[in-house]
Amino acid sequence: MARAVSTQHKTIATAAAWIVALLIFFPILYTIITSFKSEQEAIQGFNLFPSGTTESYTAVEAQSGYFKFFLNSVFLSVGSTILALLVAIPAAWSMAFSPGKWTKDILMWMLSTKMMPAVAVLFPIYLIFRDTGLLDSRIGLMIMLMLINLPIVVWMLYTYFREIPGEILEAARMDGASLWNEIVYVLTPMAVPGIASTMLLNIILAWNEAFWTIRLTTTEAAPLTAFISSFSSPQGLFWAKLSAASTLAIAPILIMGWFSQKQLVRGLTFGAVK
Amino acid sequence: MKLRTLTLGLLSASTLAFAAHAESITIATVNNGDMVRMQTLTDDFTAKNPDIQLQWVTLEENVLRERVTTDIATKGGQYDVMTIGTYEVPIWAKQNWLLPLDKLGDDYDVKDIIPAIANGLTVDGKLYAAPFYGESSFVMYRKDLMEKAGLTMPDAPTWDFVKQAAEKMTDRANGVNGVCLRGKAGWGENMAFLTAMSNSFGARWFDENWKPQFDQPEWKNTLQFYVDLMKANGPEGASSNGFNENLALFQQGKCGMWIDATVAASFVSDPKNSTVADKVGYALAPDNGLGKRGNWLWAWSLAIPAGTQKADAAQKFVAWATSKGYLELVASKEGWANVPPGTRTSLYANPEYQKAAPFAKMTLDSINAADPTHPTVKPVPYVGVQFVAIPEFQGLGTTVGQLFSAALAGQTSVDDALKQAQDAATATMTEGGYIQ
Repeated sequence: MARAVSTQHKTIATAAAWIVALLIFFPILYTIITSFKSEQEAIQGFNLFPSGTTESYTAVEAQSGYFKFFLNSVFLSVGSTILALLVAIPAAWSMAFSPGKWTKDILMWMLSTKMMPAVAVLFPIYLIFRDTGLLDSRIGLMIMLMLINLPIVVWMLYTYFREIPGEILEAARMDGASLWNEIVYVLTPMAVPGIASTMLLNIILAWNEAFWTIRLTTTEAAPLTAFISSFSSPQGLFWAKLSAASTLAIAPILIMGWFSQKQLVRGLTFGAVK
Repeated sequence: MKLRTLTLGLLSASTLAFAAHAESITIATVNNGDMVRMQTLTDDFTAKNPDIQLQWVTLEENVLRERVTTDIATKGGQYDVMTIGTYEVPIWAKQNWLLPLDKLGDDYDVKDIIPAIANGLTVDGKLYAAPFYGESSFVMYRKDLMEKAGLTMPDAPTWDFVKQAAEKMTDRANGVNGVCLRGKAGWGENMAFLTAMSNSFGARWFDENWKPQFDQPEWKNTLQFYVDLMKANGPEGASSNGFNENLALFQQGKCGMWIDATVAASFVSDPKNSTVADKVGYALAPDNGLGKRGNWLWAWSLAIPAGTQKADAAQKFVAWATSKGYLELVASKEGWANVPPGTRTSLYANPEYQKAAPFAKMTLDSINAADPTHPTVKPVPYVGVQFVAIPEFQGLGTTVGQLFSAALAGQTSVDDALKQAQDAATATMTEGGYIQ
């Protein structure tokens, strides 16, 4: 009997999980469905069965050229993530293993920068970029994306590093490891799952960032967010084309997320249960 | 043989050098149908100007406005040509942010630009932007439903007629709303419509001393009429409908009448996208017998920011894109119905265009009926039919738009919305130094 109840519970829980997952995924699914409709079909109310035309994809490619935007997105998200890790690993190490009086405050202060609306610093940043010739440059945007995601990266790494017993590092020091060796040969290999999931999350955040990537670029450094934005129209209904552009823009990150979901979930729940 | 090789070599070397010197200009634009079409036709321009390359940046309207403003105010120099509207041109020209267009070429024929449109883009006698397409607003209606209701739409209807027709056409059981109007908050969304409508009710934003006028009976009449009309005969959730939402409703046969941009005529009459393409009639925007109609005036125009390093190339492009030759180019490739409307008088005299665009005459009449310098019945200190050409208007217009949208949604009463609008406008104008 107990077994039957538990099976029943399991079935209900599974069904509920599927329903919630479907609800969350539905807007994306409907975007993909709409991208295979003609413009006329797209405005004719709710319909889950498109005619399967690929005319929107052809039109989108002809109008904007996907590949250049895609390459910029890859370069910016991967580049800014590597840059962020280079800065954040030493920072998180020092805060996790030799915390000072102000460590907690510094961590809170770093997080508080994320609470400021980005638009508040648009003009100063724009002027700095203009004066340093970084407007519409990949390097400039990469630094910007690194900076805005840095607090999250530091926080995540700090949480992972805290889980690693300090005694191991002490033992390494006893064996004569230098600081550099300690970070590279002892700490980093132990924190690989944490670093990997931080990296994945940061790539996703950088890929989806749509404030600075649109405002600091024009043609050369514009990534996929600018590509999607160019299909929104004040006068005219281009819903199928907009959906096709969105599908093309999210496809790479969706596929990457699919393959790395194990690492992502493990990373995000790391340290959650003690 | 040697000489030929040498000549060929020299020729290709000079071509390479020439290509290396090609100037690249960046054009910021919105994703409207006519602009997208222009991007596909630029081979004609580059063939005529092989030394100029074109780079496009297409952005959503509000993002474009914000980006272009940031760039122009900080002299960022990211754009050489920008697409802006009738609202920005007088303000930016006065700030010396735009270059006057005085090198458009001998065959450009500036005088052919429709006078009402050209006036809105001219400051101190100088043209600061060239119209790419112009629009007014008018009534688009379903001829079949009007006939079923036993009514005939006059060429120049009154608001009372619109109300009567809306009541008779509304058939909610069959999903037909008598009238669809903008309700989505925004200075360029519901406030464009409501400001134009208020002109025909004799209302104005400010008196001659910049004192806001929302506490006057004319505004109360306007907003009350609008809210009552929409509640009884408008679509569900109208307070979130803008141009595109109403376009979708009309194309699906869910609106008896739609009062909006004249440029929509080419969409609703296109059988590829509209289910009611052959049933649409057109009439001037309604009035109340006060001598002003509720129609606006707008032109998406190409302007050159003062910070550009490539002014000559930019002017060449602007001249090409807004020339008579461009209209002919579009007609030859995509037919007369797809020519950008509302910019040149000669287009409306063209019999082929008149045949292809049944809404041509009504569009021109609507454009000519709008007067940006005398938008309403009483005198005003500002320029603009559906906007007030002062920098504060973007923010204020949107704030008031949110209040009026809330009144339409039933979240506040008409009186409360007007009172709050009056307070907001008074605060903004005092802060801006307009009211001493």
